Amino acid sequence: MSEEPVSDEAQAAVRRRIDALWRIEGAHIVAALARATRDIGFAEDLAQEALAEALAQWPAAGTPDNPAAWLTAVAKRKAIDAWRRSERLEERYRAIARDLEDDDGVAWVPLEDDMLRLVFTACHPVLAREAQMALTLRVVGGLTTEEIARLFLVPVATVQQRIVRAKKTLAAARVPFEVPEPNEWPVRLGAVLGVVYLMFTEGYAATTGDAWIRPDLAREALRIGRILAGLVPREPEAHGLVSLMEFQASRFPARTTPDGSPVLLADQDRTRWDWAQIGRGRAALHRCDALGRGRGNYALQAAIAECHSTAPSIENTDWQRIVLLYEALGRIAPSPVVELNRAVAVSMATGPAAALVIVDGLASGGALRGTHLLPSVRGELLARLGRTEEARSEFTAAAGLARNQRTRALLEERAAAI
Amino acid sequence: MKYMFIMRATDEAIEESKQVPFEEILNQMGAYNEQLIKAGVMLAGEGLTDLSEGSAFVVDFAEEPPVVTDGPYGETHELFNGFWIVQVASKEEAKEWASRCPLGPGSKLEVRRIAEADDFADFADNEYIKKEAVWRQELNQP
Repeated sequence: MSEEPVSDEAQAAVRRRIDALWRIEGAHIVAALARATRDIGFAEDLAQEALAEALAQWPAAGTPDNPAAWLTAVAKRKAIDAWRRSERLEERYRAIARDLEDDDGVAWVPLEDDMLRLVFTACHPVLAREAQMALTLRVVGGLTTEEIARLFLVPVATVQQRIVRAKKTLAAARVPFEVPEPNEWPVRLGAVLGVVYLMFTEGYAATTGDAWIRPDLAREALRIGRILAGLVPREPEAHGLVSLMEFQASRFPARTTPDGSPVLLADQDRTRWDWAQIGRGRAALHRCDALGRGRGNYALQAAIAECHSTAPSIENTDWQRIVLLYEALGRIAPSPVVELNRAVAVSMATGPAAALVIVDGLASGGALRGTHLLPSVRGELLARLGRTEEARSEFTAAAGLARNQRTRALLEERAAAI
Repeated sequence: MKYMFIMRATDEAIEESKQVPFEEILNQMGAYNEQLIKAGVMLAGEGLTDLSEGSAFVVDFAEEPPVVTDGPYGETHELFNGFWIVQVASKEEAKEWASRCPLGPGSKLEVRRIAEADDFADFADNEYIKKEAVWRQELNQP
């Protein structure tokens, strides 16, 4: 067989094809491998090796008819080879290797349960936040390490390191490739949803860097959220989270000016919101409500977002209802940020004086110290009360605390304009 | 980026598909849609009704005023009979998904990227571009 030299273009085309396949099939492949090997880290290594082999072979040999089956078969062979080479030759591994050789491929068809095990393992509480996000994007979202690095604005080596470390941590903690026991389920599901939402918010309101939003990261989080809701369709909060993300993402087109500066909700051109996406947000909230188990943390936030989405303007918004929703949210998930948002809603429903009482209560308790949030809201309320000097000094203080450059510029402008 | 998969089939293919139990087609298409939904990429999709029910017509602008003809297009054409809208990261990913659609010989998917606001950035001040945004808002209001 003569080897035709492979052009760079052909090589690049195969690379793109493999990236697209990994995005669609990566989670299924890793999930099937992890079930067979009971080791998610090993499974991911095997999948990587299979991808490398595809990249080496396909440009010359052509892409197989069923690329996902090919990748899984190669990974399986590599698993057997690795165990044969293993000096320990533990009986357990030998048994698995025999099973793998004997089975007719049926065991390699991914199951939804395996996908769920994969999600719970990637978001396991023994892992650091960054590791959970990187591993989830890698094995559930099917992103390349290069893509993940781009989304988080960090070097590729950093992402590789996070993933390697995550796999080592899971092995060291002997984390089983399993879904949690029923008594742990609510807390662990909450952790998974938390990882997805953190990923989304990092894209929605970047805490660092000079970009105000990173829509690509938020979009990936939304996709993973939809996958998750498909895996646990009986969980109201999974739909609540998808709904919340759909509503928030629907405002992306209006959230920045062409030069990338942020536009606050009050000033957004509502006609630029993605109305089809708002429709999907409402549909997801409806799916949550249809389960008849009430609204949780994410569903309540989604309901607040829905109030904004259906209001023609900031003035003609049902602020009374938003205050009620924030009160409910504050009871099931109390946090200073929720309280601060409630204060903003109260200022719109009742007036700035009532809101200032809430904000001052937060400030005297030391909540949110060191963030720009409290002084920026306080500045806004003081400005509305005509206490100009105090307002200006709050905005200046807030600008000094903002970590995102765009936010800082906005607050400096506010201080200067008052 | 969003892509539309536009499903087309020849008259022969449509006739042939009538030999297959409709439930079988429903199951195959349903499984495909479920895959798209579970992967988190499907945004919308609709199927168009059969020509035989007589609801279809064609408006031809070759003349002034345009001519309206009932029923199927005069000559054999590939008939547009449904679409999907998916959100994907690349053209390659769109290709992967489109290739998995359970269609047979005589059927085609035309795959096109959907224009987004950025595509009209040069015309942002156009009166109708602005109005269109309002219309979209109104049409999607409950």
